[in-house]
Amino acid sequence: MKKRAVAWVQRHTVLCFFVVFAIFPWVVPYKSLAAQVLIYGLFALGFNLLYGYTGLLSFGSAAYWGLGAYGTGIALAKLKVTSLWLALGMGLVFALVGGALVGFFCLRRRGIYFAMLTLAFAQLLYFVGFHLADWTGGDDGLRGIVVPAIGVGHWRLPLDRSVVFYYFTLVIVGLAVAALKRILDSPFGAVLQAIRENADRATACGYDISRIKHLSFVFYALFCGLAGALDALRLTVVPIESLHWSTSGQVVIMTLLGGAGTFFGPFVGAATFLVLEDSISVWTESWPLAIGAIFMAFVLFLPKGIWGTLTGGFHGR
Amino acid sequence: MNRRVFLTTTAAGAATVAFPAVLRAQSKDPVRIGFPLPLTGPFAAIAGDMKQGAELGVDELNAKGGILGRKVELLVRDDQLKPQVGAQRTQELIEKENCQFIVGGLAAHVQMAINEQTKKAKVLFISTSQSDEISAKPDTSPITFHEALNPTITSRVVGSWIMKNLGKKWWIVYADYAWGKQNNMVLTETNKKLGGTILGSTPYPLGSAEFSAHLPKIQAAKPEVLVAVTPGADDIAFLKQVKSFGMQNQMKIAKPLHWISVAKQGGPELYQDIYGGINFYWELQDTIPEAKRYVEAFQKKFGTPPGDYGVYAYSAVLEVARGSELAKTTDGEKVADALRKNPTYNHVKGKQWWRTCDNKSFQDMWILKGRAPGKTKGEWGLLDIVARVPASDDMDRTCAEKGHTA
Amino acid sequence: MPDISAAALAAQVFTGLVLGGIYVLLAVGLSLIFGLMTVVNFSHGALYMLGAYFGFVLMGRTGSFLVALVLAPLLVGAFGLVVERFLIRPLYGRSPDDPLLLTFGLSLVLVEVARLIWGKIGVTLDPPPALAGAVNLGFTYFPSYRLFVIAVTVVVLVGLWLFLEKTNVGLVIRAGSRDPMMVRALGFDVGRIWFLVFGIGTGLAGLAGILAGPMRGAYAEMGVTIIIESFVVVVVGGMGSLLGAVISGLLIGQIVGLTTFFAPKLAEIVVFIFMALVLLFRPSGLLGEAGLME
Repeated sequence: MKKRAVAWVQRHTVLCFFVVFAIFPWVVPYKSLAAQVLIYGLFALGFNLLYGYTGLLSFGSAAYWGLGAYGTGIALAKLKVTSLWLALGMGLVFALVGGALVGFFCLRRRGIYFAMLTLAFAQLLYFVGFHLADWTGGDDGLRGIVVPAIGVGHWRLPLDRSVVFYYFTLVIVGLAVAALKRILDSPFGAVLQAIRENADRATACGYDISRIKHLSFVFYALFCGLAGALDALRLTVVPIESLHWSTSGQVVIMTLLGGAGTFFGPFVGAATFLVLEDSISVWTESWPLAIGAIFMAFVLFLPKGIWGTLTGGFHGR
Repeated sequence: MNRRVFLTTTAAGAATVAFPAVLRAQSKDPVRIGFPLPLTGPFAAIAGDMKQGAELGVDELNAKGGILGRKVELLVRDDQLKPQVGAQRTQELIEKENCQFIVGGLAAHVQMAINEQTKKAKVLFISTSQSDEISAKPDTSPITFHEALNPTITSRVVGSWIMKNLGKKWWIVYADYAWGKQNNMVLTETNKKLGGTILGSTPYPLGSAEFSAHLPKIQAAKPEVLVAVTPGADDIAFLKQVKSFGMQNQMKIAKPLHWISVAKQGGPELYQDIYGGINFYWELQDTIPEAKRYVEAFQKKFGTPPGDYGVYAYSAVLEVARGSELAKTTDGEKVADALRKNPTYNHVKGKQWWRTCDNKSFQDMWILKGRAPGKTKGEWGLLDIVARVPASDDMDRTCAEKGHTA
Repeated sequence: MPDISAAALAAQVFTGLVLGGIYVLLAVGLSLIFGLMTVVNFSHGALYMLGAYFGFVLMGRTGSFLVALVLAPLLVGAFGLVVERFLIRPLYGRSPDDPLLLTFGLSLVLVEVARLIWGKIGVTLDPPPALAGAVNLGFTYFPSYRLFVIAVTVVVLVGLWLFLEKTNVGLVIRAGSRDPMMVRALGFDVGRIWFLVFGIGTGLAGLAGILAGPMRGAYAEMGVTIIIESFVVVVVGGMGSLLGAVISGLLIGQIVGLTTFFAPKLAEIVVFIFMALVLLFRPSGLLGEAGLME
């Protein structure tokens, strides 16, 4: 029974996503939390593409989240762009260029060296962001972001109400989820997983794995960047912490909690992390202690994560 | 899904769509003040003092019948010194807990993220964090109030005092981030304006407590005053290293601000003869009746004398009450108007007032000096009061300089 | 550009040596653990922090800095043994990323625990009165305690070198990092060697912590940035190469010191730029073994 349910969900991924998240805001304590889950879920989705499916552990995800956030933020706050889509586009372009460039350099190495290089570039970007205060606001963060209303012709929909903003985010994230599903179901997706299992064998089969890894990295950067851009719109501020390695660490924790290498793991992980943080913060000051301990327990005893264990769908490493 | 969640979310949904202000003002629910602050992280001790100040304020209000006859509740949340978390907690406080007011923030960048959320939700926010930007464009708004000091005020006041009393040739060491840079800039301006010299100005990365790189250079330049813009733990590391080079005997050392909890941790050996500014010190009870009342009440409730940051929270909470009573509502915009029309108040240390254009609180400052070991008065009597600097309009930037027109 | 007198520059080089010493102690510990066990210990910075706090407690109880200096690293090393036995060993045979992830979680926990036990604002450690002054080096006065730190680092490194080169256990450790399979085939209990090495590596971190304590104070976050810098040092030196860790630590200590002197704003980034450059042109680090976890 469970196997059939799991199989059904895996065939109708995008539909399930929309159904669950359409009612999600009414299930959690407040709308803004629901939007946060969607956005961080997307962030983890991007990370999962690189780590869970391609097998590359990056410690610099904050760089692309930050590029997306600052790209969109700068468009709205400094360049006074009036089209929301143009602003989002700018964020995506920043993330794309960053991902392409940094990916090119980092992918020349493997394993722990690759991880350290991704961290190094992210730290570099953090300091650049910190010191280019005229554009980024430095450590005070980028403020003055005005979110334009969206619309066609004369009809306008302002996004300042939590509920409206949530469903707007749902549509955008949903499109990203659908795109990811296409990517993973394609031959390209299959090669990614082959690389994860055994890179040398994939090369022996004749695939140009360095081009494929690079492409995977670029997609990863795009998803992370889109998430960052959406968060810039949600908070109307881009803090410098967006580029800090603790943001990179957070997405690693979320993905692992949910289940790396599974499709919905990232969303489950993001939801668990954020809802836990929200509730635990109310009655204790030591949230970092709680999440550190929980995370260690997961690594030791539940490495497939929540969703991975429930679906048995972890592809094993 | 349980009934409570359903009712809360439906009510919240209805409130955001219908007439939020009218709904809130007409209920007999308690008045909720949300208070995000960094309970974890390097400034947790200061946050603790703030929390106590706010709690004392709320207790006193409730003892007198609350605000508009309604009980006052304080909801404290940890912002982890991170803007995203501060923003998220603020959204939770407003959307889930229905707070009518937000008071708080300690770190400048966090309070600006908090401010973005309160502006969107049209909730009155009184910031207790030291920042120049919060009362200037683009951050400022009619419902954004700033109770605490800011780098401009602090450095102008302390800078001028140093010029007149300690020396005119300075070397400044400052943390390379917004607060540090702002202080450095204003100190430099003040020094030049009064005819002094800046022999050198050294930035260092915040939190990186390694100063020995710079000290030989500074020693060689022989300044009269070494001005240290070194917050928190950095200050202790800095003073230790300065002492290890023997520099405290060669020049005067001053800071824009003393922090009581840091001075206590460093101890009188380290802080002896170090000058700094402050907004409040518990020994003011000897000369100011409002301070005496506050210090005694605080001491009675918590067993220790109050620190410097607690008064910001205490004042802010009482101002929320005063504004609501004047406006006869808890609607943020109306309370803000009421406060601007009746700007003077005195809760702890003498007259303070809100400036109309930017909702900035103007207040007195004092210059303190560390006492030598052996001359301290008990566990908390670590500093001497050297001078009082009364509040004046030229303490802060002008309205025009902050981007306010008219 | 500040006035560069030869004296100021020389003082700067000495300061870089002190910083380099701390980096070397941390990097050697990390590299030992990685070289033998291919475990990346993300909690190394937290253990450094514990070394400083243990030192504070010991100094308070015994009144002697020397006792603290000897005992604190031993205590941290003992704690490291517990971590290896109960947290790292169960992960043997699983993905090589798992110990990295686990120790990442551990670092979060240790920082919070330290804050809960010792308070939120940190504590002050004082150098012993004998070392509290400054020494006239001829071209400048330099704090005696810092010279002491350099001396201790040298002594410890020489001791470690002797241990690895001249003892049987040392031989097995060196062999084990080159070829663990072979060592096991020859009948050695690799598990016990790993246990020992983890203890030594973490003990070195604790030593670095108590040495740094009197210079900067002890506070819960003190390991958080230095762990990243230590990783950079190890990666630049070549993961698994001890000589690489030493050279890289000293080199980076100087680079940071001199950058702080000449261009303070770049001081934070220069470490990462340097690492990126080294890795792009010398892929396994300065002295790393090509192919080992490449």
